[in-house]
Amino acid sequence: MSKLGNIGARLYRGEVGYDFIGKRKIWYGISILITITAIVGLAVRGLNMGIEFSGGAVFTTPETSVSASQAQHHAESASGGHQAVVQKLGNGTLRIQISELDTKEALPVQEELAKDLNVPVQDVNTQLVGPSWGEEIANKAWLGLGIFMVLVVIYLAIAFEWRMALAALIALIHDLTITVGVYALVGFEVTPGTVIGLLTILGYSLYDTVVVFDSLKEASRGVTKQSRYTYGEIANRSINSTLVRSINTTVVALLPVAGLLFVGGGFLGAGMLNDISLALFVGLAAGAYSSIFIATPLVADFKEREPQMKALARRVRAKRSAAAAKADPGAGEAEGAVQEGEEPQDGAPAAAGSSAAGPRSRPADRSRGRGRPSGKRR
Amino acid sequence: MAAPNKGRRSPAAQGRPGRALALIVVVIAALVGGMFYSGTMTPRLGIDLAGGTSFTLEAQNMPGKPNAINETNMKTAADIMNQRVNGLGVSEAEVQTQGTNHIIVNIPKGTDAKQAREQIGTTAQLGFRTVLTAAAGAKTPTPGSSESPKAGSGEKEKGDSSASATPSGKSTPQGRAVGDALKKDDTPTPSASKTPSAPPAQQQPQGAGIPAALQKKLAALDCSTKKGRADAAAQAARAKPSDQVVACEKDGSRKYALGPVKVEGTDVDDAKATFDQQGGQGWIVQMNFNSAGGKKFADVTGDIATKAPPQNQFAITLDGQVVSAPQVSSAIAGGNAQISGGFTQQSAEDLGNMLSYGALPLSFKIADETTVTAALGGEQLNAGLIAGAIGLALVVIYLVAYYRGLSLVALASLVVSAALTYTLMTLLGPAIGFALNLPAVCGAIVAIGITADSFIVYFERIRDEIREGRTLRPSVERAWPRARRTILVSDFVSFLAAAVLFIVTVGKVQGFAFTLGLTTLLDVVVVFFFTKPLMTLLARRKFFHSGHPWSGLDPTRLGAKPPLRRGRRTSAPIETKEA
Repeated sequence: MSKLGNIGARLYRGEVGYDFIGKRKIWYGISILITITAIVGLAVRGLNMGIEFSGGAVFTTPETSVSASQAQHHAESASGGHQAVVQKLGNGTLRIQISELDTKEALPVQEELAKDLNVPVQDVNTQLVGPSWGEEIANKAWLGLGIFMVLVVIYLAIAFEWRMALAALIALIHDLTITVGVYALVGFEVTPGTVIGLLTILGYSLYDTVVVFDSLKEASRGVTKQSRYTYGEIANRSINSTLVRSINTTVVALLPVAGLLFVGGGFLGAGMLNDISLALFVGLAAGAYSSIFIATPLVADFKEREPQMKALARRVRAKRSAAAAKADPGAGEAEGAVQEGEEPQDGAPAAAGSSAAGPRSRPADRSRGRGRPSGKRR
Repeated sequence: MAAPNKGRRSPAAQGRPGRALALIVVVIAALVGGMFYSGTMTPRLGIDLAGGTSFTLEAQNMPGKPNAINETNMKTAADIMNQRVNGLGVSEAEVQTQGTNHIIVNIPKGTDAKQAREQIGTTAQLGFRTVLTAAAGAKTPTPGSSESPKAGSGEKEKGDSSASATPSGKSTPQGRAVGDALKKDDTPTPSASKTPSAPPAQQQPQGAGIPAALQKKLAALDCSTKKGRADAAAQAARAKPSDQVVACEKDGSRKYALGPVKVEGTDVDDAKATFDQQGGQGWIVQMNFNSAGGKKFADVTGDIATKAPPQNQFAITLDGQVVSAPQVSSAIAGGNAQISGGFTQQSAEDLGNMLSYGALPLSFKIADETTVTAALGGEQLNAGLIAGAIGLALVVIYLVAYYRGLSLVALASLVVSAALTYTLMTLLGPAIGFALNLPAVCGAIVAIGITADSFIVYFERIRDEIREGRTLRPSVERAWPRARRTILVSDFVSFLAAAVLFIVTVGKVQGFAFTLGLTTLLDVVVVFFFTKPLMTLLARRKFFHSGHPWSGLDPTRLGAKPPLRRGRRTSAPIETKEA
């Protein structure tokens, strides 16, 4: 534990770290690859839409000794040739799905099925879904998704800036695509529970991204007034310094979902709990990944295109080559002293530096800059 | 609600952490008190957890009337649906509109879902039938003796007895109130219709022209019990419009033998309750027919106006029950009519709605039907609770392992958050009809993560400050504004998602969104009024203040630079004031 704490401290100080920004092309590549795989999977295999979307009936019987294949036989004969899918659940109950069964036709089928399986008809759980209902849910979900995206982009553009909003949106779409792709590739059934899970990812994925952005916004305040670090380096530093929090958040978010998944899968076999938690699990993992590897590097990319940031990058480069010319590879003391004098009072609150790319500054300097109560008076 | 810079206000109870803590204790106590006061100690459970049947009905425009799906029509339809379902003898069935074009009907376990399904699935039939004969509502032992209890007092008497049979006597007086249909509203004659002489006049019509079979059915009909009425209604509703039927008054006080349907409900253009200013008749119901309906209505009223009571009445039947049986004194032409007599505002509006429903250009089809047995419901509830417990336990273990002493703060905050969530959910049951369903349980479980994250944000900030070499108390105060902003921004995004989902979506998604939004709001409350003040208080304790290894705030473990912490502690505050 204390080791982990130390890593946290060292990450915070920038002593260790991963160059997220510098290696962003690799991660963009990986993400593009995953996304393409997801889209191809979606196009080729399509989604396995549950009864709730295609219309039909789902019967769940009480515990019974009848085997799944027998039940399937019964179900198909009872429904007059409709295709039936039967699962035996962990607790001995049967889940019988009959697709494209009209809500009107379902009742006699239920009665006959109960008779065949020798269970009381009132003990059979049924769900009858007209085909338009699933469509309705899906359409509303799309609508909600659209409205949410617009609102959140507006909000982030106001709270942060449009570049961050755009990056967050891209990361969000990335998460959703991956989640849907996983569903297509693995062939998990898509139910309203899945839709709920998917929609929750919206909030959660952004939640994570927003926390990293918040740190970035704070760290990059007054970035143009100094010439030690480029925007990208500062961004990298923010990711690293919030890494512990990101990991903790993701773990803490995933643990209850894992509990849901375990109980949903282990106890009930299938159902709403399982559907929601599965989508959440995939989506949360994708969300944590994208806020670190995609969203923030994207912001850095967008920002680096600004003229001031380009100028800043030039200044930083010039300064570094000058320092290198001094031929002081140790850098430590001397450079620290120079920086101390140069750094404006209001300068970068975090004397941020990527461990991989930037020269390491002394902790004392850093704490000095960091010490400003930046969140308090602003 | 959470612009990032908004947190400029002095943080909640910065100086007086005790007050904020006391406040939250008072709030919880008040909520618990509210639970005792309202007598609901557990949240209301949805159909999928308690067992029962849930129907989702989708409204469809009737051909040729494209814009019929609107709020008023949907509400009227839901009201009618409610009366139909609860007329089945189903208690506590609930009917509510959802979204723009859906009606949800929830029927608790132990009721006949099949019967409910039939009721719901069929379109309401409103019709105007002629009255052949009428009698008091109770079963008549022998066909002939139905006349005996009549004669003026009979009606009152039965009315009373039936009132005791029907717990909800809300529509009793006007349902039986004899109306007076007036030609173009011009000749108000309230007195004439006030006390009908229908019962005494029964002998004559009874003999005249009524088939014996129908008479027998009428005699056997028992309108004084709910079941009897439901059966009769079901039978009458199934009958063809051209058939003669027997039917009960809605409140069971009267029973009728009725002729064929003369005017269809769809011929009613519009009906509404108004208060009669000039005539002094109190609340009345006005009907407008379309041109065909107006003509038919004029014919019928002209025909029956001259007859002896009760054949000068026409019965308005909805779903096989007589909702009103006004008398007619003259032919009513022109397509306008009004019904008067002893209405209250409520009862007039009810009747107006029912009449409108006949004209409601909507039909409904069942989009989704879910039956959950009580066994499965209980199982799902257990699974949800177990999942929640497992999730919570995992989070607790993680927090304790990582944050050690600090986790006490997190745990206490989680407990407060859970207490608030539980009490609010319980109280929202009776208040706004909130029912806890499976997605809502999922939402609550997922929210554990969101709530815990707020603590993580704050704790990490505090640790960052300690790493700068600060001592705990300034760290706690300095970390707060920054953590607060992050928490507000991220919670706002989460809340936004929940709000959009709640407003836009339908069905189960809504329950999920509601819980998520609720818990997100509570998260903000808990962090502001509990976690932060608690941190401020604990920072004064030696255990935390001295950075005990188990406090989770040990500076050496966190990697704070020793020189700053020890040697230069005095200078640290100076540095921090550089800005």
